[in-house]
Amino acid sequence: MNNEDSSTAMLVVLRHAPHGSSWLREGLDVALVGAAFGQTVNLLFLGEGVQALMKDQQKGPLGQKGTHPTLDMLAMYDIDTLLVDADSLAQRGLTEADLQLPVTLITTSQLPFLFTQYAPVFNF
Amino acid sequence: MRYALLVQGAPYSHQAAHSALRFASALIDRGHRLETVFFYHDGVYNAQRLATPPQDEPHLIEAWQRLHHEQGTALLVCVAAALKRGVIDERESRRHDKQGHSLAAAFELTGVGQLVEAAMTHDRLVTFSP
Repeated sequence: MNNEDSSTAMLVVLRHAPHGSSWLREGLDVALVGAAFGQTVNLLFLGEGVQALMKDQQKGPLGQKGTHPTLDMLAMYDIDTLLVDADSLAQRGLTEADLQLPVTLITTSQLPFLFTQYAPVFNF
Repeated sequence: MRYALLVQGAPYSHQAAHSALRFASALIDRGHRLETVFFYHDGVYNAQRLATPPQDEPHLIEAWQRLHHEQGTALLVCVAAALKRGVIDERESRRHDKQGHSLAAAFELTGVGQLVEAAMTHDRLVTFSP
């Protein structure tokens, strides 16, 4: 990034549910490392990704570690802006009360502008 | 401009690596510099030393190596994503008491920190995912 962008926050977009693939875990790893490198990191849960936030998750029956313990660690890394696409949540019959952490709901129509506010954007 | 690419698709399974290589040659033709390629998720399979594609298909691993030799492009492979997928260099192989190693020459194992660093220090970071 150029110097004038150095104050810009990093966005990590999470679009996959836990357990079925490693996208969510590896995406969260990038978020944690970014924060450890002193970046301001925001997360955006989109599509299937909103399921990452569902309460009362456990390890996967096939030995997957799961991502819910990582979500509990986000605050320690100063990652406290968790953006959630409200439509993705509603489409899955979920509400904020079903989520393990406090989130900021956004509408799908806000997404195009939202992406312009971050650099870099990592998409998982 | 100084470019970095993030490649997350396995070669021959998905288009991501093919597209990334074509993008690489296009940006170099236009006078830009490709300084870094970071391989993450299944993209780490692009660094497999033993990959043996049929002769009438493009050899993607060799194409990455050419970029390194001709353009000085750093080929960085996420060590955590690589090791669990069996992409391992000589040093890690010894450390984990394995027989043999599978990381192709010109690629280097590194941490995700290098990806974050690349995003901050290059003018553009472009992602190729399946």
